[in-house]
Amino acid sequence: MSETPAKQTTRRPDWAALAIAVILAVVAAVVVWSTARQGGAASYARIGPTTFPYVIAGAFFILAIWTAFEAWRGDFPERERQEISPILWIVGGLAAQMLLLKTAGFSIATGLLFAATARAFGRGPLWKTIPLGTVLAYIVWVIFARGLSLSLPTGPLEHLLF
Amino acid sequence: MTTFELLAHGLVVALQPMNLLYALIGVTLGTAVGVLPGIGPALTVALLLPVTYKLDPAGSLIMFAGIYYGGMYGGSTTSILLNTPGESSSIVTALEGNKMARAGRGGPALATAAIGSFVAGLLATIGLAFVAPTVVKLALSFGPAEYFALMVLAFMTVSAAFGESTLRGLTSLFIGLLLGLIGIDLQTGQARLAFGIPDLLDGVEVTTLAVALFAIGEALSVAATKGGDSTIQAIKGSVWMTREDWRRSWKPWLRGTAIGFPIGAMPAGGAEIGTFLSYSVEKQLTTKPEEFGNGAIEGVAGPEAANNASAAGTLVPLLTLGLPTTATAAIMLAGFQQFGLQPGPLLFTSNPQLVWGLIASLLVANLMLLVLNLPLIGLWVKLLTIPTPWLYAGILMFATLGTIGANPSTFELGLLLAFGLLGYGLRRFHYPIAPVVVGLILGPLAEQQLRRAVAISQGDPSALFHSWIAVVLWLLAAAAVLVPLYLRWRGKDKILSQLGGDED
Repeated sequence: MSETPAKQTTRRPDWAALAIAVILAVVAAVVVWSTARQGGAASYARIGPTTFPYVIAGAFFILAIWTAFEAWRGDFPERERQEISPILWIVGGLAAQMLLLKTAGFSIATGLLFAATARAFGRGPLWKTIPLGTVLAYIVWVIFARGLSLSLPTGPLEHLLF
Repeated sequence: MTTFELLAHGLVVALQPMNLLYALIGVTLGTAVGVLPGIGPALTVALLLPVTYKLDPAGSLIMFAGIYYGGMYGGSTTSILLNTPGESSSIVTALEGNKMARAGRGGPALATAAIGSFVAGLLATIGLAFVAPTVVKLALSFGPAEYFALMVLAFMTVSAAFGESTLRGLTSLFIGLLLGLIGIDLQTGQARLAFGIPDLLDGVEVTTLAVALFAIGEALSVAATKGGDSTIQAIKGSVWMTREDWRRSWKPWLRGTAIGFPIGAMPAGGAEIGTFLSYSVEKQLTTKPEEFGNGAIEGVAGPEAANNASAAGTLVPLLTLGLPTTATAAIMLAGFQQFGLQPGPLLFTSNPQLVWGLIASLLVANLMLLVLNLPLIGLWVKLLTIPTPWLYAGILMFATLGTIGANPSTFELGLLLAFGLLGYGLRRFHYPIAPVVVGLILGPLAEQQLRRAVAISQGDPSALFHSWIAVVLWLLAAAAVLVPLYLRWRGKDKILSQLGGDED
């Protein structure tokens, strides 16, 4: 919860919030399209499997218009300045983990995520944090995969010792 | 059987060594995540869902409840010593608590928070034991129409009634409801909104969504703003309260409990509301108004008691009606479902051992928490000294572990990333998170009740309003949306946005 600063100065359209309105409208359209296509067994009941999707799509349309209205009036709370590079580091770390998980195994993939996250918060260098993260992830893997028999993907490192 | 007998039977279950161990693990984890910023009980329970899949249902649920209670205790430590509330329900504690810590009275502040939490947790859990059977009796007369109306009421109070904006609350709720639709329709077997992707047929995993919104969204948002610097206040002086402190604390504890429990028990959203109310009540009643804002002990004692009492209160609708009103309660509901259990009046008759064991274990957990949080407070304070980069790197490691453990597929991790970005976007534009989680979990249940109600009446939608209970619930739901809209329109939104909280 943050304080909404009193800004009575200039009310101008909030373009980012208008973009949210557009996204909400697009989501509504996609839901309608997908539900209409699904069709399937015509249900004798008046409230069938397509009712809820249509109601929710309708709600999204209304919310889109409402959002556009508030965006136009500049009613959205002020936003803090954002740094882009930390976001890219974390997203990159998650993407690397996702893509490498199957081939490199849990420890290496998660070690990369660990290092990328630390880098996003300004800790490095990577040649130190990647091995550190990999070792930690390996310990986690041993505890959860061996101890609690959770099925976690294996790779060269995991095969090395078990 | 009387409530006392049922509770005594429950205690027998709760005192089994394995269940004591589960409770201990739960309260320890709960305190830890409550203390740590950026991670809360909702996320922790979600992470544990895949791990506990093969464990004993009663034990797992006892552990989840322990985490919930522990999170409430731990949150106060962070607020008092760090001035950054660990949980949204500890915001008020930070107001006076951090001032006390700065003035070298951190010890008594922590003590009054812990003992107040204990008193409130004890009284409210006993309250839960006595209120639950009555609600169960009432709930047995509920049909699908009443349940549907009740769920709509819960949706509205969770999303629209409190918080900064009705629009953004409702938008969050509908995002959750939409995500809940994805997958195979349980009644007809039709795939909905799956876009031909087989991985989507099973629907969106609770763990994936919760981890993405709470852990990844939070990490992105903190990293992007380079969160402000906060200094930990060392605990100076004795942790023991003076006679004066006791004299000033015991009434706020009881008042906080009396405020927090009913608010938690009504389907009215999170624990924050009770803490704010308690704070303003203490401010009105104090004999030393000049101390408020500079570290008044009443301002810590009351809200902390209210906070824990409403956590116990939240379990009333969850256990008796299957109605979650906070993100943590919603994820606990998913935990029940994982074991094939559906909380509600029938659970009290079909599985009394489990329900009463759970309630009794809360009493045990509460006692454990008092021990963990008073003599051992120094250990928890050490957790606060973990540097942010390592903390978040570790959080993301364990968060993705939960998802990978549930379903080790590239697609699931892709969803995790996508929802993580959604969580960041929601935070960036001040959308609340809890309604998304509640919508995802409660949405499919609400749809089921709606279709059942209409099927019973052979397609006549007026059946939804056939009883006066249903009509009253519908009116309350409408009021939950319209009254705040009116108040905001009249420019009284300050009060409401104060009452609104974020997650958990």
